[in-house]
Amino acid sequence: MSDTEATPDDVRHVAELARVDLDEDEVDEFAAQFADILDYFDALDEVPAVDREADLVNVMRPDEVREGLTQEEALSNAAETEDGYFKGPNVS
Amino acid sequence: MSIFITEETVEGADDGPLAGKTVAIKDNISTAGVRTTCGSAMLDDYVPPYDATVVERLKDAGADIVGKTNMDEFGMGTTTETSAFGPTENPVAEGHVPGGSSGGSAAAVAAGEADLALGSDTGGSVRCPAAFCGVVGIKPTYGLVSRYGLVAYANSLEQIGPFGSTVEEAAALLDVIAGPDERDATTREAGADANYADAADGDVDGLSIGVPTELVDGADEGVKEQFYAALDELEAQGATTHEVSLESVEYAVQAYYVIAMSEASSNLARFDGVRYGHSGGYDGNWNETFGKAREEGFGAEVKRRVLLGTYALSAGYHDKYYKQAQDARAWVKQDFDEALSSADVLASPTMPVPPMELGESLSDPLKMYLADANTVPVNLADLPAISVPAGETDGLPVGVQLVGPAFGEETIIRAASALD
Repeated sequence: MSDTEATPDDVRHVAELARVDLDEDEVDEFAAQFADILDYFDALDEVPAVDREADLVNVMRPDEVREGLTQEEALSNAAETEDGYFKGPNVS
Repeated sequence: MSIFITEETVEGADDGPLAGKTVAIKDNISTAGVRTTCGSAMLDDYVPPYDATVVERLKDAGADIVGKTNMDEFGMGTTTETSAFGPTENPVAEGHVPGGSSGGSAAAVAAGEADLALGSDTGGSVRCPAAFCGVVGIKPTYGLVSRYGLVAYANSLEQIGPFGSTVEEAAALLDVIAGPDERDATTREAGADANYADAADGDVDGLSIGVPTELVDGADEGVKEQFYAALDELEAQGATTHEVSLESVEYAVQAYYVIAMSEASSNLARFDGVRYGHSGGYDGNWNETFGKAREEGFGAEVKRRVLLGTYALSAGYHDKYYKQAQDARAWVKQDFDEALSSADVLASPTMPVPPMELGESLSDPLKMYLADANTVPVNLADLPAISVPAGETDGLPVGVQLVGPAFGEETIIRAASALD
């Protein structure tokens, strides 16, 4: 048996963190599926620590001004705009 | 059951290496002025104002784009059934799935709706549908092909890859899209002067093929039969085979899904319906509005992965899941390096099973994840792989996967072309 349990409350909590509303049926279905999937992920406990050969290099390019999207193009897919800005919901 | 989400022709340059060729594009690759939905209600009416680098290169090479193909929503699936626009049927196996997530692209080539197609491969999404539809698909080395303009699902794993009816045709498309791009800092100089189409010369004399037993043992009997017949054919043409062991692959599927879901939870945070995409309307505050937009815009598989990814990265679980998955990834890389030090290529069935029936695997996500056992290790190791048709079992296509060392595309293309 797994030491991981996914309760409906866990699913609700993580859905809130991820900003995804769920209906009650989805919460119950996901809780059952998450228990199986997380149980399966538990096998990772057996993986030995491995030395990672980190061969990392910076690949910066010069910071030069170049053409980008026009304001009109940037706004073209927004549901609501105002005075050349994106319009979003209230912050609080 | 359609192959395309949007059918629209965009003509390429008058001449070039792909002049006169038609190409279908997976609907998560941005095309200027043409709707790009990612198979999601979230992006139902999204029209990108710019082209992905690969699309720019296709047009410059003279190819005509014929449409945007159906796919699992945001690339999340193995059957092209999680698309908000409905499933695609396998054109060569009635009643069965075309594989996923680039199922529409593979189906377009298999059905003759396009000469060539582009897909994206995060955990096997080019190779799986290639195997299920009886066409050729290539997953390039991480960093060979620019991801600029590909709507991100799991950045550290995904590469855009070509489909063709033959190895040479798929390789010719890779020639056009491969090479460094200043808009994608993960692209590399390596492979810039390669010639992939010319490598499809069928010469496997002296080629050493390693066969990872772990990727063969679990496969269906009918799939194994076709796989061993393909190995016999390669041996008859002068290749040698020997068994190799990849102990780490037992943990690859778990590591893959933890990493992919974690990256997905971060990447898909951008879909809030304000700058683009489905808007939840503006009743309530920022968080309430986003929660509503995302509830309405995302399908079940996307929600499942975003939530599991958020869980794996949350306080208290990061070390248990994400860190251990990174350890497993490093182990898989090491294992492949070792196996490829004694072999030119590694061979296995692409998929351990033949194409599922439509609707068969939708209700059991874990079962669907397990079908990816042979393809996901390659993405974890950043290596190139090709899927090439190898006969049928009970009338259903079987594919053979050949894996090479990093930037060893010419070698796997040469080996695969001996099976064409």
